[in-house]
Amino acid sequence: MDALLEARGLVKDYPGVRAVDGVSLAVPRGSCLGLLGPNGAGKTTTLEMLEGITAPDAGEIRYKGRPLDRRYREEIGIQFQATALQEFQTTRESLALFAQLYARNADVGQLIERCQLGAFLDRDTRKLSGGQRQRLLLAIALVNEPELVFLDEPTTGLDPQSRRNFWQLIDTVRRQGKTVVLTTHYMEEASQLCDMVAIVDRGRLIAQGAPAALVRDQFPGTLVRLPRAALPGDGALPEGAQARGETIEICTADAERTMHELLAMGVPLRELQVSAPTLEDVFLALTGHGLRG
Amino acid sequence: MTLRRFLAVVVARNREFYRDRTSLGWNLLFPLLTVLIFAFIFGGGPADQYKVGVLAPGNDLAAARHPFLETPHVRFLAVADEAEAIGKVRRHQLDLVIDLRGDPRYWINEESPSGRLAERLLQATASPSAGMPAREAVQGRVVRYVDWVLPGVIATNMMFSCLWGVGYVIVRYRKNGVLRRLQATPLSPFEFLSAQVVSRLLVVAVVTTMVYVLTDLLMGFAMHGSHLVLALVFFAGAVCLVSIGLLVSVRTRSEELADGLLNLLSWPMMIFSGAWFSLEGAHPLAQAMAQAFPMTHLVTAARRVMLDGAGLADVAPEIALLAGTTVILLAIAAKLFRWS
Repeated sequence: MDALLEARGLVKDYPGVRAVDGVSLAVPRGSCLGLLGPNGAGKTTTLEMLEGITAPDAGEIRYKGRPLDRRYREEIGIQFQATALQEFQTTRESLALFAQLYARNADVGQLIERCQLGAFLDRDTRKLSGGQRQRLLLAIALVNEPELVFLDEPTTGLDPQSRRNFWQLIDTVRRQGKTVVLTTHYMEEASQLCDMVAIVDRGRLIAQGAPAALVRDQFPGTLVRLPRAALPGDGALPEGAQARGETIEICTADAERTMHELLAMGVPLRELQVSAPTLEDVFLALTGHGLRG
Repeated sequence: MTLRRFLAVVVARNREFYRDRTSLGWNLLFPLLTVLIFAFIFGGGPADQYKVGVLAPGNDLAAARHPFLETPHVRFLAVADEAEAIGKVRRHQLDLVIDLRGDPRYWINEESPSGRLAERLLQATASPSAGMPAREAVQGRVVRYVDWVLPGVIATNMMFSCLWGVGYVIVRYRKNGVLRRLQATPLSPFEFLSAQVVSRLLVVAVVTTMVYVLTDLLMGFAMHGSHLVLALVFFAGAVCLVSIGLLVSVRTRSEELADGLLNLLSWPMMIFSGAWFSLEGAHPLAQAMAQAFPMTHLVTAARRVMLDGAGLADVAPEIALLAGTTVILLAIAAKLFRWS
């Protein structure tokens, strides 16, 4: 699949800190790429460079094989993590304002329907709920019928119902063939929406690939967990086990046999947890700290 | 630049202004209340100190000899230009002008109560042998304080509206992320900035016209010049003040800093531009400083049109100065502007 957007060796320095350190990635046309990382990992700075908002100190970005230019702004849509709209405007007026800033426009009626804005079209945007506001911001990001959509932590701060509702909207956008790049620190969000994830930590890209493949590569089996205090005797770790703080973690291809062995060692059954590994486990394993940092 | 994008931003900004009732009310009420209050306080009341211009030999006040100059509670100021001094008598900036370079003579504005009182003081000090200096009545129109102060009030309101309505608003947009959102669109900095300028000029034009008409209906005031020339003077002044606002906003990220900078600029302009009181007799340094402020030239030109009936050619130097300053400030602002 050809890359719609490609970045090579991106570097961004701020006084006293290297925010992004040599990030390279490719976003295939029609795919959804998720940038994962804790707060301060450099994912928003990476995203801003990909959006053309922030100039990299080193490296290059190509869209459809050419360097970013003024036409790029016409072809992308952005939903920022933190943004304000001009005050004293209704939803309809805000949408109309942004529509007029672009040469190409989506069908506004369809956009209103798709993003479910109908119930608050004539309401002042300062009086919208969190979910309504995010839907309006998504509609603004789509108002120019972009080929590439950037979403920076689009569901942060939303309640679980609004979040799931928003995932459905993003899924609809994807089904229209648009390419999506999003940042998130919700693992479930990345697993649900993304074909590819890129894990960023301390400004570096430490892993990328399909979510299932990343999990499979890092944990080729099932995870069995138990508290260190539940180990009998001298507390020596069983074979293949890894200590993560006060928790012992065993990745096993045969969970049943591992459980039998642990029970035979005298570990109480109630202390054992068996689960399929997740992206969060991958992140923990790769970085040694949690996603919400 | 595309007209569609430019107009979209102008419309949105204007909507933001007129739907903000508190801001709209303040922009209209403030100048009206100010005129009313000042007219009430100073309306026709003489100042408690008289200002008399003296055309002295060699422009040296110490060399002038006349008993009138010994009068306490009268401030005597050496004036060099006879025509200019007489003009100031007409405009009530001086209560009287006395010429002691040859045979003594004096000019008085017969419509000025403080001028009449200053004349009484002159009569009281005239020696019986020398007699009264020759009297020259200025054929000036009645200039009340409200007539004199109105151009200053309008200019002051304009200044606050232009500085805060552009400078402060852009800094607020930068801080709350509106600019960042707009940066992500094809809107260019030039389109955005020119839309802010035009939007504010429209607001200033509407508000100024309303204040002008309402003040005229409520109190009536002197307007001896052309409305077109006056509009041109106010336009040149407003664009210049907007460009100062823009310059403050180009890099500033903090609303508090922007507020401080705008206050730092606006207060000296308000005090030293002669908007509220004549700088006649002020320290030469203050008078020199006043010439650096666009407000001074705006107020001077507006007063000349309204009170003296000056035409376009008469106020062309002030308009040219304001336009030149605008071009320089806008060029610097456009060069330095950052979205974030």
